Amino acid sequence: MPDQVPAVRLTSITKRFPGVVANRDIDLEIQRGEVHALCGENGAGKSTLMKILYGMQRPDEGTIEIDGEKVSFRTPADAIARGIGMVHQHFKLADNLTVLENVILGAEPRKAGRIDFGSAREKIRAMAEQYGMRLDPDTLVEELGVGDRQRVEIIKVLYRGAKVLILDEPTAVLVPQEVDELFGNLRELRAEGLTVLFISHKLDEVLSVADSISVIRRGTTVATRLNPREVTSRRLAELMVGSELPTPELRESTVTEDVELAVKDLVVLTSEGRPVVDGVTLDIRRGEIVGLAGVEGNGQSELIETIMGIRTADSGTIGFAGEDVTGWTTRRRREAGIAYIPEDRHRHGLVLEGSLWENRILGHQTEKPNSRGPWIDRRGARRDTTRIVQEYDVRTPGIEVPIGALSGGNQQKLIVGREMSGEPKVLIAAHPTRGIDVGAQAAIWEHLRRARAAGLAVLLISADLEELIGMSDTLHVILRGRLVAEVDPANVTPEELGSAMTGATVEDAS
Amino acid sequence: MSTATVAEKVSGVRAKLNLRWPHYMMIAGALLVLLSAVRVLDGANDVTSSGTVSAALRLAVPIFLAGLGGLWAERSGVVNIGLEGMMILGTWTGAWAGYQWGPWACVIAGILGGALGGLVHAIATVTFGVDHIVSGVAINILGLGLTQFLAGLVFNTGHAKALGGGPRQSPPVDAMPTLTVPFLSGGKIGSWQSPDWLGSLEKHHWFLVSDVAGVLRGLTAGMSVLTLIAVLLVPVTFFVLWRTPFGLRVRSCGEDPYAAESLGVNVYRMKYAAVMISGGCAGLAGAFMVTVSSLYQDGQTSGRGYIGLAAMIFGNWRPVGLASGSLLFGYTDAMNVRGGGDSAHALLLFVAVIFVAVAGWQLVRGSRLRPLVTTDLERRTVRGAYVASTIAIVTAAAMLVWFVMSDQLPGELVSTIPYVTTLLVLALASQRLRMPAADGLIYRRGEAR
Amino acid sequence: MSDDKRDLPPEDTPAVAKPAETSADEAAETPSVAKATPDAARPDDPDKVPGWQAILRGLGPRGLGLKIGAPVLALLISLVITMIVLRISGADPVSSIQSMVDYGTTSNSIVDILNRATRYYLSAIAVAIGFRMALFNIGVDGQYRLAALLAASLGGAITLPAPFGQMLVIVAAMVIGGAWASIAGLLKVTRGVSEVISTIMLNAIATGIIAYLLNTDRLAADRPGSNSVATPDIPSSGQVGPLNGFLSNIGIDLPGRLYGLLPVAVLIGIVFWVVINRTRFGFDLKISGLSPTAAQASGVSAKRMVVITMVLSGVVAGLIGMPELLGASYNYSLNFPAGLGFTGITVALLGRNHPVGIALAAILFAFLDQSSDILQEVQVPKEIVGVMQGVVVLTVVIVYELVRRWEIRIQQKSVASELAAGHTVAGEAAK
Repeated sequence: MPDQVPAVRLTSITKRFPGVVANRDIDLEIQRGEVHALCGENGAGKSTLMKILYGMQRPDEGTIEIDGEKVSFRTPADAIARGIGMVHQHFKLADNLTVLENVILGAEPRKAGRIDFGSAREKIRAMAEQYGMRLDPDTLVEELGVGDRQRVEIIKVLYRGAKVLILDEPTAVLVPQEVDELFGNLRELRAEGLTVLFISHKLDEVLSVADSISVIRRGTTVATRLNPREVTSRRLAELMVGSELPTPELRESTVTEDVELAVKDLVVLTSEGRPVVDGVTLDIRRGEIVGLAGVEGNGQSELIETIMGIRTADSGTIGFAGEDVTGWTTRRRREAGIAYIPEDRHRHGLVLEGSLWENRILGHQTEKPNSRGPWIDRRGARRDTTRIVQEYDVRTPGIEVPIGALSGGNQQKLIVGREMSGEPKVLIAAHPTRGIDVGAQAAIWEHLRRARAAGLAVLLISADLEELIGMSDTLHVILRGRLVAEVDPANVTPEELGSAMTGATVEDAS
Repeated sequence: MSTATVAEKVSGVRAKLNLRWPHYMMIAGALLVLLSAVRVLDGANDVTSSGTVSAALRLAVPIFLAGLGGLWAERSGVVNIGLEGMMILGTWTGAWAGYQWGPWACVIAGILGGALGGLVHAIATVTFGVDHIVSGVAINILGLGLTQFLAGLVFNTGHAKALGGGPRQSPPVDAMPTLTVPFLSGGKIGSWQSPDWLGSLEKHHWFLVSDVAGVLRGLTAGMSVLTLIAVLLVPVTFFVLWRTPFGLRVRSCGEDPYAAESLGVNVYRMKYAAVMISGGCAGLAGAFMVTVSSLYQDGQTSGRGYIGLAAMIFGNWRPVGLASGSLLFGYTDAMNVRGGGDSAHALLLFVAVIFVAVAGWQLVRGSRLRPLVTTDLERRTVRGAYVASTIAIVTAAAMLVWFVMSDQLPGELVSTIPYVTTLLVLALASQRLRMPAADGLIYRRGEAR
Repeated sequence: MSDDKRDLPPEDTPAVAKPAETSADEAAETPSVAKATPDAARPDDPDKVPGWQAILRGLGPRGLGLKIGAPVLALLISLVITMIVLRISGADPVSSIQSMVDYGTTSNSIVDILNRATRYYLSAIAVAIGFRMALFNIGVDGQYRLAALLAASLGGAITLPAPFGQMLVIVAAMVIGGAWASIAGLLKVTRGVSEVISTIMLNAIATGIIAYLLNTDRLAADRPGSNSVATPDIPSSGQVGPLNGFLSNIGIDLPGRLYGLLPVAVLIGIVFWVVINRTRFGFDLKISGLSPTAAQASGVSAKRMVVITMVLSGVVAGLIGMPELLGASYNYSLNFPAGLGFTGITVALLGRNHPVGIALAAILFAFLDQSSDILQEVQVPKEIVGVMQGVVVLTVVIVYELVRRWEIRIQQKSVASELAAGHTVAGEAAK
């Protein structure tokens, strides 16, 4: 193999952003016809590297060689022309266009000046069949589920005749069964002679699918072309973060008998009248963390938004500390002691243009120390922000800087610190550690554990099944808006949980 | 399980609204019959006269063209509230070229003038990432200021002044050639004047027959070539936007520019193209107004760019919908222009009858759903239906009272009809509308989420 | 993980999480920074980092420099463009501008400019209230005209002793302005109609209604011998005298009549600033404008906020016509100043929605309006002022946008480099 010309060779790639070096002297070599895994924790610089390889960003230094030939990509179009295709972590699909339109966009077959829909349809059908995927070219993308969307993304890349496929964290949104299916597809592609570059921070997946592994840490490669048969996941973790990966776990049970949050027969309908939350009943006690497992889009978001009063319940009740709060406004609920870590911190958790202390006020506008009567207490808010910054180790040069200038992990730490302030009784935590580095992750888990010991009732939603299993006292599975199973987190495996989440035995209708 | 049945029922009720072409034709037919009845009853023969219809068409064209401009821009994800300013630019450049080199030069120059405005909008919004509405407002101010300034500078001196120009108007511009269908509407074949069959039918004021004749004659007599071109732009736009690679790329920029970008589509270029086409359409709208009134006048467009935008929203960002919206606005405009206090008075009755129909439909819908009620949502739907029905009845009654108590509507109020209609339509239909998903969002290359 | 759509570095830039690697220079890797681990966060007295120090680090004099520098830069660019336009149209740019300045600074002009600026100012504040929560109230124009007409006819019909007549008219105008604006707000929250479109429509409808009402059969008075249609005059007990008397008491003598209600405009500006920057309501309003989704999650009722903001904007819009109505014209006629709402939009943009900025912008626009008259004498159509204003707006918004992005970039850079140098709040506290 080594004498072969590599499909992709990156040499001392360096990329700087204002004040930061995202990639530094990266060397990477990928052979033709292999599945190559690139590991690194959140924030290590993987995605930046892939954007460089896909022409979305240009490196400040270094060279890219494709099949031994030096290239310079100005736009993704250049990369596509050289046979490189990318499946993005956040799908790049236009919801209101059909599968067909999404696939052919930018590479439309023409006949007399117009799009040749017929031949495109044929080609997509044939391709889907060849790789064992089921897809109807004429459905609107908005009607597809996560797995199907990913398939559209892969078809999109193959349609352009890509020889090198980059998959950026493709398993982040999939349940274990779908991951297996994806890996099957990848092996099929490899058999057809394609090269796959697979980016992940999930070590067991990497070890199971890759032919060789490279590790990137703090913007530079620390190991290249490791053989998966000769390396352990422990060694990989050490390379990735310099130590063992922290594991989410709870110690002795602190669950009490007092029900703090009681959701009963909750139904939430979409504007079309379709139920997204369908008769959910859920009790959370003091000192208990209740996990909620489910494939994204099965009603979790709607459920927590209804608990927070951002959406209205169409029937059913929400009880908090013995009171019926179904008709309360969001503000009243928050004042009463329901804290909220939203799933999308940029959209729901922060005002990015605002300073740290202004973001400290957010969500707690009416509470001390942020306000006095109708007035904002700037001094009090500033002082308390400094406290949070210290206690939660938010790395910032000051509390007047706009929060958008901080890294995701530090933003999240501020949110967690803010929501833990003022002694909340219930915490709704959606993906509290999504997209942040392991240090911050471990710290947030520790804060959750401490608050739980102090009697906080927590509803935890996460796409990370290990986190859910490790951090929950009770674990429910939500599927199409219903709680379909309760599992014991002490002896459930991610695979079992995954089957429950997809309703393995039940056939999917959505 | 109950909720599943709710969904079925709700969708069942909604399914009845799933209309197709034959339905639309039937509704149009029914409306014409009603209009005819109202006309006969109130003796307001102008309601469906060929004069009114051709005026409506003539007045609809600028609205339609401006709306088409909006459609192109918004399909590419750029909100274009600067249509009014681009239209004004089109009137000036059109008149400037038109008085010197004739109506076709007027058209070309109008398009170019509008496209220039589009270019400025594209530079501000696409290259510099300025808020689309802010930029649009700025262009409206700039367009107005620039034309007034240039009119004073160019039309008020030398040769132009001698030809009748002034600080607030241009020298005259020749009219566009017009088309009249022979036999049906009395068009000429060579120099022979053919009979005007529809015209004679119309003069009898028979129930329905004369109305149909009036409408047809309005559409076939004295139509400007430019009107024909505008009508042809409906299928052309549809074809380009929905059937060609260029159109798909433009639309993808309006739906998800980052997806387009990731497939190598040059989003900036697409947006530039679309916004300049948009400006060109608005400029053509301005040039059309110049050829119709034979000169540029200060304040000529009088907010038609905005109405075009409203017509586009009314038409759900689609060409055919836009065209019907424009006709509606053009018709109400025609009422006003033709001193239609009487016609508008007849329309009061027309609208009242429609409201009665709406009330009846809501009542039927409500009582059909009522026995099935089990959940809050259903209860709300039923209550909504009854409330809507009541409101419609009250409105109808008010209109009827007004109709009986008055002889004609004051012109000042007739002039507000298009705007009130727009507001009503938006208020009633905005939930059914679907604008491009990334419309109005600022796109920066390489900054995908 | 997602990125802000602004100029933040792409998602997994190791931005500030790990200071050691943020330094481009490998040699500069200081081992000390690694000390800022969670154990450094002991519960010290939080007051150890005083607020002023934090402010200096975050904002610094650069922030202020940008706030003033950006508009100055934009105005300079506009000036250059205007001079080019003047050149093309055959006038001498330097002497034209010179004569504009000369004419605009005569004491006669100054009174006119201040009067004009008062109207622009109120209009711009009305617009800015909406802007602050990302609401586009294009309907200020209709709101103030309708309010002025109805308030004028009310004031003309009723005679009350001194402070009450004026107050009645002013309050009526505010109520009417707010009510007319509330239509757009209600349509937005109940039916999802964009306020941009609805306010444009409401402007046109207001125009129709005003034309209908301003008729001798209805609200207008019969004025034999005059061809102007106007509402009955407000009795002298209901008028507001000019400020000149007060000013000459403190030694400033001005010709003409300076609006007696000018102080009201100043007061409105102060109230606006205090509410936005110091109150909970203002905080809610601001965050609703910056991020409606985050505002809603924080407990702000988005719908209520939209309606309240629209109404407040309309209430201030109702005031726009008052200085003129009560201080100069005493009636609403066809000659009543029109189009102020649109000028207000541009003034608010130029003044960056800040009361002081708006005041300066209003005076600038009033100056341009007033002094352009003189250009007739050098054969330049006075409509060039429209070109100037359009150019100013366009350059201003572009320059502001560029500066804003540059500012974010700088800020990011400085945050990263400060962290690299070990300046963190936690680190300082631990020392």
